[in-house]
Amino acid sequence: MTRIGVVTFPGSLDDRDAARAVRLAGGEPVALWHGDDDLHGVDAVVLPGGFSYGDYLRCGAIARFAPVMSTLVDAARGGLPVLGICNGFQILCETHLLPGALTRNDSLHFICRDQRLRIESTDSAWTADYQVGDEIVIPLKNGEGGFVADESTLDALEGEGRVVARYLEVNPNGSRRDIAGIRNERGNVVGLMPHPEHAVELLTGPSADGLPFFTSILRSLVGAA
Amino acid sequence: MARVVVDVMLKPEILDPQGRAVQGALGRLGLDGVTDVRQGKHFVIDIDGDLEGERHDLMHRLADELLSNPVIESYEMRVLADGEEAS
Repeated sequence: MTRIGVVTFPGSLDDRDAARAVRLAGGEPVALWHGDDDLHGVDAVVLPGGFSYGDYLRCGAIARFAPVMSTLVDAARGGLPVLGICNGFQILCETHLLPGALTRNDSLHFICRDQRLRIESTDSAWTADYQVGDEIVIPLKNGEGGFVADESTLDALEGEGRVVARYLEVNPNGSRRDIAGIRNERGNVVGLMPHPEHAVELLTGPSADGLPFFTSILRSLVGAA
Repeated sequence: MARVVVDVMLKPEILDPQGRAVQGALGRLGLDGVTDVRQGKHFVIDIDGDLEGERHDLMHRLADELLSNPVIESYEMRVLADGEEAS
């Protein structure tokens, strides 16, 4: 069975839901610990949401230097699929595996809502099970989710099809060009501010629209094997 | 002992909603004519021994990589002389 690691940092909140999403999609979740630099042979990794290290200094700034991250950054550069959700996205930007940064919401409010998104790219390990243009509704909950990057980086992200998802109807946090998620050039690393792991079954989420993130990675890994 | 002061500020082109909120509060409290407020971070770091050579270079690198995020922030670092006040 495909093994997907989920990293727990001090202050992670959504590691259990991420592991549950992996299980519901048909994979085997593997708990990884921030202080352990061994990835235990997993096939992909999810960096979950929460407030790692209390969000002290900047969101993700201290988590970036956790022992697990040094191994993970090298593995991601080698092609290991990594999905960073919310705080995980912030960590990926701090490591510079993804460009740009997440800053304080322009409203200064912590935003918690079911957010409509449009899938903009299926050329990633985590979005292949969507169709470009799919509209999905999944929870969003952040205080520092405003995606910023310089104009040339934004142009490059759009020109290279590396915007994975965009906010629809409301831009909840002031993200430049309504960007909710991006991928790296290779497509193995994806960062997303809203939470697909909270929308994997109708009993507990506003939809099951988030599940394809997790079925996508399982399918792409099986296809690659 | 060495004392290092690092000031971190958002780059000018990055929106600072906290600074904007402070600007609004200053105006509401009667201070007219505030045209801009930018909020940053001020670190005061005390270190045993001298901060020279490789240690000085490492402190600079950590100010760049840990204390600030060069994507959105810039920093200024000063090593204070003995007895100099941090502020």
